[in-house]
Amino acid sequence: MKTDFDIIMKRYTYTDLKDTRSGFGEALLELGEKNSNIVALCADLTGSLKMNYFAERFPERFFQVGIAEANMMGIAAGLTIGGKIPFTGTFANFSTARVYDQIRQSIAYSNKNVKICASHSGLTLGEDGATHQSLEDIGLMKMLPNMTVINTCDFNQTKAATFAIVDYTGPVYLRFGRPKVPNFTHPDQKFEIGKGVILTQGEDVTIFATGHLVWKALEAGKILAEKGIRAEIINIHTIKPLDDITILKSVAKTKCVVTAEEHQMNGGLGDSIAQLLVRKFPVPVEMIAVNDEFGESGKPEELLVKFGLDTPNIVEAVKKVLSRK
Amino acid sequence: MRKNYFMPEYDNLKKIASQVRRDIIRMVNGASSGHPGGSLGCADFLVVLYFEILKHNPQNFNIDGVDEDIFILSNGHISPAFYSVLARSGYFDISELGSLRKINSRLQGHPSIHEHLPGIRIASGSLGQGLSVAIGAALSKKLNNDKNLVYCLMGDGELDEGQVWEAAMYAAANKVDNLIATVDYNRKQIDGPTDEVLFLGDLKAKWEAFDWMVLEMDGHNIPEIIDTLNFAKENTGFKKPIVIIMKTEMGYGVDFMMGTHKWHGVAPDDEQTKIALEQLEETIGDY
Repeated sequence: MKTDFDIIMKRYTYTDLKDTRSGFGEALLELGEKNSNIVALCADLTGSLKMNYFAERFPERFFQVGIAEANMMGIAAGLTIGGKIPFTGTFANFSTARVYDQIRQSIAYSNKNVKICASHSGLTLGEDGATHQSLEDIGLMKMLPNMTVINTCDFNQTKAATFAIVDYTGPVYLRFGRPKVPNFTHPDQKFEIGKGVILTQGEDVTIFATGHLVWKALEAGKILAEKGIRAEIINIHTIKPLDDITILKSVAKTKCVVTAEEHQMNGGLGDSIAQLLVRKFPVPVEMIAVNDEFGESGKPEELLVKFGLDTPNIVEAVKKVLSRK
Repeated sequence: MRKNYFMPEYDNLKKIASQVRRDIIRMVNGASSGHPGGSLGCADFLVVLYFEILKHNPQNFNIDGVDEDIFILSNGHISPAFYSVLARSGYFDISELGSLRKINSRLQGHPSIHEHLPGIRIASGSLGQGLSVAIGAALSKKLNNDKNLVYCLMGDGELDEGQVWEAAMYAAANKVDNLIATVDYNRKQIDGPTDEVLFLGDLKAKWEAFDWMVLEMDGHNIPEIIDTLNFAKENTGFKKPIVIIMKTEMGYGVDFMMGTHKWHGVAPDDEQTKIALEQLEETIGDY
């Protein structure tokens, strides 16, 4: 039996697998051509961040700082004095936890126009294990006043987001990942900071997902549709500022929520949405997230299964939250 | 040849420095908190920098600092000296100095741009970050083909922070030669002498080993400060960053505050303030 969802999924069916970080790298190169104030800094991970294209094309605007992330954040803050728009690049863990006070004082409190771009976030970094798997970075960054926090879901969206953050003046944390994942959003999409993207309409439950788990939410939505459950799936690519209006409008209709993210439950997207809902429109919420644990080595897909972040987990969470309605 | 310290051409700077020291004592007393020791120690340097050396535009402050010199204060706790010098240079009215550390003030305990106080381009207070910021500002100047310079002041206790040495390594490796850093070498920090808290060793040799050009000066000898800063300026553009190790006395100018680390972060009470002010001539007028 063909469901509405099949038609919807057709719109989003991917043609290829691509990594989000490559979307960042491509956009950065194009931005470099367009805007001579764009500068980039990297802490010895140029290839991993796909910043090598920019570095080769614009050597005078690329700063290799070595394995010295604290210094990188300070230099980035200083480069804004004089009108430069610095993009820093390293893994999510080294972009946030390692340099939290530098970001807090020299970038967030000083409201500097620095774009902190972080790759290899979440469990799907994979084999390197817990030391490198950042599951706290959304929480750390969203707690900082002045900071905008974005977590993109695929290659095209990461590329669009990289362009969008240049048009916004102020500190931004842009979070993306390592593995190749379905590239399903439109290549010419308009990326609006702070605006959720409604992927599917539904009346029974709202699934708010961010990052790599947006695709998992769509897969879950297909399974649910086959069971006659219509999920409204919304991609919350901007965790801060949160799109209160879109969230509340959807929840007013569905009256129950599942959130899905590759992050700790504490401090993540689910936490932000729950805060909003308890204040404005309390409804049952289930959260797909890592629950107060460190990650471990393994293949990305294996880790998502082991830590309960896979498609079946989202399906189960929907069933559970429906029973609480 | 060194100029004569007692020549009248320095009287004006000495007068301003005396007034800045009065401001520091009165501001910190008024707030019943703050850091008078390092502020008094850096007063002469900041006065020379702002009144003699910097090419700057106090009446028309621009945060980007294009076509002017930039100063980054890394040891933000000496904000009383910084605020006084900024106000006395014309960045904002001296009447605002009395609001230090008080509610709704632009003069936060540590410098901030959050309140848009003219003269400040970055927040500082959490130590060790200013040299990195100064390097960034210097790189920005190079990209903008702006030939003006970036100055940075750090405390010596601050050199305990690892980020300073990350920055030191970066600036030398990348030949950031439009930057003049100064270390306030008063050899004291909150918990005691730097020799005891964390021995700095041979500071000059350390910076030289990091491939910086190292100068030394007496931070209370105004002509020597002028000469050294001018010499440093002449030596910019030679593919090396420059650091000046500036010997100072914490609490300089107030006898009971000198020779001890105890006045690093303690405000004088009214009686102590009275005694201190008797030692500091009012020259260009209290705020």
